[in-house]
Amino acid sequence: MKDRFVRIGLAALLIALAAMLTTVGRVGGVGAQEKAPAGVAVKIDNFSFGPAAVTVAVGTTVTWTNRDDLPHTVVSTDGVFKSKALDTDDKFSFEFSKPGTYSYFCSIHPKMTGQIIVQ
Amino acid sequence: MSQSKKDEILHDHNHDGVDRRGFLKCMAWAGTGALCVMQGGVLKSYSMSRMNEWNLAKMAGELSFAQISDSHMGFNKAANPDVAATLKAAVDKINALAVQPEFLLHTGDISHLAKPEEFDTVDQILKGAVAKEVFFVPGEHDVIGDEGQQYRDRYGKGTKGAGWYSFDKKGVHFIGLVNVVNLKAGGLGNLGGDQLAWLAADVKQLKSSTPIVVFAHIPLWSVYPEWGWGTDDSAQALGYLRKFGSVSVLNGHIHQIMQKVEGNVTFHTAASTAFPQPQPGKADSPGPMKVPAEQLRSVLGITDVKFVRGQHALAIVDSQLG
Repeated sequence: MKDRFVRIGLAALLIALAAMLTTVGRVGGVGAQEKAPAGVAVKIDNFSFGPAAVTVAVGTTVTWTNRDDLPHTVVSTDGVFKSKALDTDDKFSFEFSKPGTYSYFCSIHPKMTGQIIVQ
Repeated sequence: MSQSKKDEILHDHNHDGVDRRGFLKCMAWAGTGALCVMQGGVLKSYSMSRMNEWNLAKMAGELSFAQISDSHMGFNKAANPDVAATLKAAVDKINALAVQPEFLLHTGDISHLAKPEEFDTVDQILKGAVAKEVFFVPGEHDVIGDEGQQYRDRYGKGTKGAGWYSFDKKGVHFIGLVNVVNLKAGGLGNLGGDQLAWLAADVKQLKSSTPIVVFAHIPLWSVYPEWGWGTDDSAQALGYLRKFGSVSVLNGHIHQIMQKVEGNVTFHTAASTAFPQPQPGKADSPGPMKVPAEQLRSVLGITDVKFVRGQHALAIVDSQLG
């Protein structure tokens, strides 16, 4: 009697373990199949874009975060993208779907310039 | 203790007159209780703590106006969590002047983010001024997002182009310029061809003896280009003013008091009513400077400008809010 209970217990444990493994496997599988969105961060600190020049793959989304106490903007010199005024900790994202060199600046403080190179 | 000692040394300058070196020192002390006054082309300094000793008769002129700048309504960071209160204090200080200025002149960055409610708040506070007339030029913060359309709808009645204009008061010709729109990547402040052409035509018929006051937000002289403190095509604008015997250029933008004399031109930048910024190159960036709360008002201010007929320059008196 006692052995049977132990055996049932072990079987239940195995089933539970198998279920856990399957779940873990499924999560991993989904991640591998659907390409995770590639993101690159540019920080705005002390009136400068960091890094000032970034090279990314086509399809990359670049996110700028303003960490200064004053507002800044992210404006493409060719009019491709233009953020609204970013106050402290505000973010702006843009997905680069075509290759090219994109120069940009802060329209409030035009001495601040940067470049995104999309390959 | 050391503060009052500095004031004492500064007071001696009043009697001795101030040379270029003294002037530079005076600039540095502007936040600790010093006043710089330009009278008849000669620089004099007055200690704010001795305001009651001023010889008001000597300082009186035929025209006086007060300059305020960079109120940045909407700014709420540590450098000054209550910019409405400090703007109000500036207005109170102007209202308390023995001789009321004819009008107020705001040299831009009225708002912090060009939000309608920010402009509304400033308008409301300025209604408390005894002087009812206020002249504006936009700062780069006032034109965010729409290249100044909202600014012009509010303040630009009768102005040309991006909001430039001129007017006359008691024989003095005032010119308000806009150097904060169509800024180019990597560049400084910008006036642009249209505005320069207008300026040339505007001053063409004036007699060379007419005193000229030019006001714009970003300095029209090269204060510190590394931080964008200058205007790319200002030399051309100043070229049109060369024939005049007295030209005063008033700017804001750099949130500190600086003066420079170059030939017939006196350049002057005003303090902000909101928050101070570091001296050129003295910090990693021109971001807001945090000072202890009890010192804040000593680094904010207003500028009271008096025009004295027969002298060659305007007398410019800066006073702190504290």
